[in-house]
Amino acid sequence: MDTFTTLLLGFISIVLINNLVLTKFLGICPFIGVSGRIDTAFGMGLAVSFVIMLSGTLTWLIDNLLLAGTPLEVTRYVCYILVIAGAVQLVEMYVRKFSPQLYESFGIFLPLITTNCAILGLCLFINLWEIDNLLEAVVLSFGAGIGFTLAICIMAGIRENLNFADVPKCLRGAPITLITAGLLTLAFMGFSGMIK
Amino acid sequence: MENSEQGTIILYRKTLYAGLWSEIPVFRLMLGMCPTLAVTAAVKPAFTMGMCVLFVLICSNIVVSLMRNLLKPHLRIMMFTLTIATFVTIADLFLKAFQPEMSDALGPYVPLIIVNCIIICRAEACASKNGIFVSILDAIGMGLGFTIALCILASIRELLSTGAIFAIQIFPLQDKGGWFVPIAAFGLPVGAFVTLGLMLGLANLSKKK
Repeated sequence: MDTFTTLLLGFISIVLINNLVLTKFLGICPFIGVSGRIDTAFGMGLAVSFVIMLSGTLTWLIDNLLLAGTPLEVTRYVCYILVIAGAVQLVEMYVRKFSPQLYESFGIFLPLITTNCAILGLCLFINLWEIDNLLEAVVLSFGAGIGFTLAICIMAGIRENLNFADVPKCLRGAPITLITAGLLTLAFMGFSGMIK
Repeated sequence: MENSEQGTIILYRKTLYAGLWSEIPVFRLMLGMCPTLAVTAAVKPAFTMGMCVLFVLICSNIVVSLMRNLLKPHLRIMMFTLTIATFVTIADLFLKAFQPEMSDALGPYVPLIIVNCIIICRAEACASKNGIFVSILDAIGMGLGFTIALCILASIRELLSTGAIFAIQIFPLQDKGGWFVPIAAFGLPVGAFVTLGLMLGLANLSKKK
């Protein structure tokens, strides 16, 4: 029961309270670049979730089974980035084969998932928070993916409506998106008192 | 002969200045947003971050430029990231050894330089096509441009949230007898997003004129 509570709390905390995009500023590039339409945003969210899940688990395993306590620890970042690049390659092949339409709409942003800070960021946070059991690492990586999808979908929803608003010319595009994101972070700050 | 020499000098100068103004990374190219937002609550971490990026950018541009003829197209990005990861590890260990406080404050954002789009973008757009000298100049220009952008953003935020820049009090605070009421929101994520958004708007405005 205790483990279950910890896992649940961890999950809620990574989705809402420590949302990677809105409180840790990770994954801002796709958050601004791909949030134009809600269906693309959702697809992007799913792709990123899958990669986060896979690489979060794998890097935890590598960290604890291979690197911990050996001089090889200095190669940690290189290992992380290799795992992530491999996972992204998998997703890219899958999407190109089964959903060419989605593949087209992602364009350059699909291979760029490799350089999505949210993924490497989560692997580093798992290492930093000293998560010591595999189940927790899996739940956290799953939650991080959900959190990213949530943030990018909310943003896409807002931006679809923003198209009808009369925004000053110099603020159109990225600037207004950033300001909207700022207001969103204010909303998400409301969750911060939820646990503890 | 003289003409071509002059041409090269102009090219060098253009490469150097591109990063400082016409293609300044954060405002014009919209690259490297994550560290820009994350470490700019105060000037000191922002400056450290800028220096780290400058170091990694110069080293990775040199290495990429030297091996540009050996690269296979489909392995290119992989080689770039591995090169960058190596140098980021060096920078991270250096910070941990000589600036432990700064290293704690920046936390995971130092290793996150690996996925900073600026560095990969420069490796791809400049270093893999040009000789070593141009690549170094480009790295210096872009690195300094990035540092400047970070410092500007950080000084605005630090000034408005604490009334100080580089921890030196500029505005006298109200609870110490002065007039300035610090606006805490600028130290929080919302301040980062809104300030950067407004600054991008200003940059757009200046481009149009």
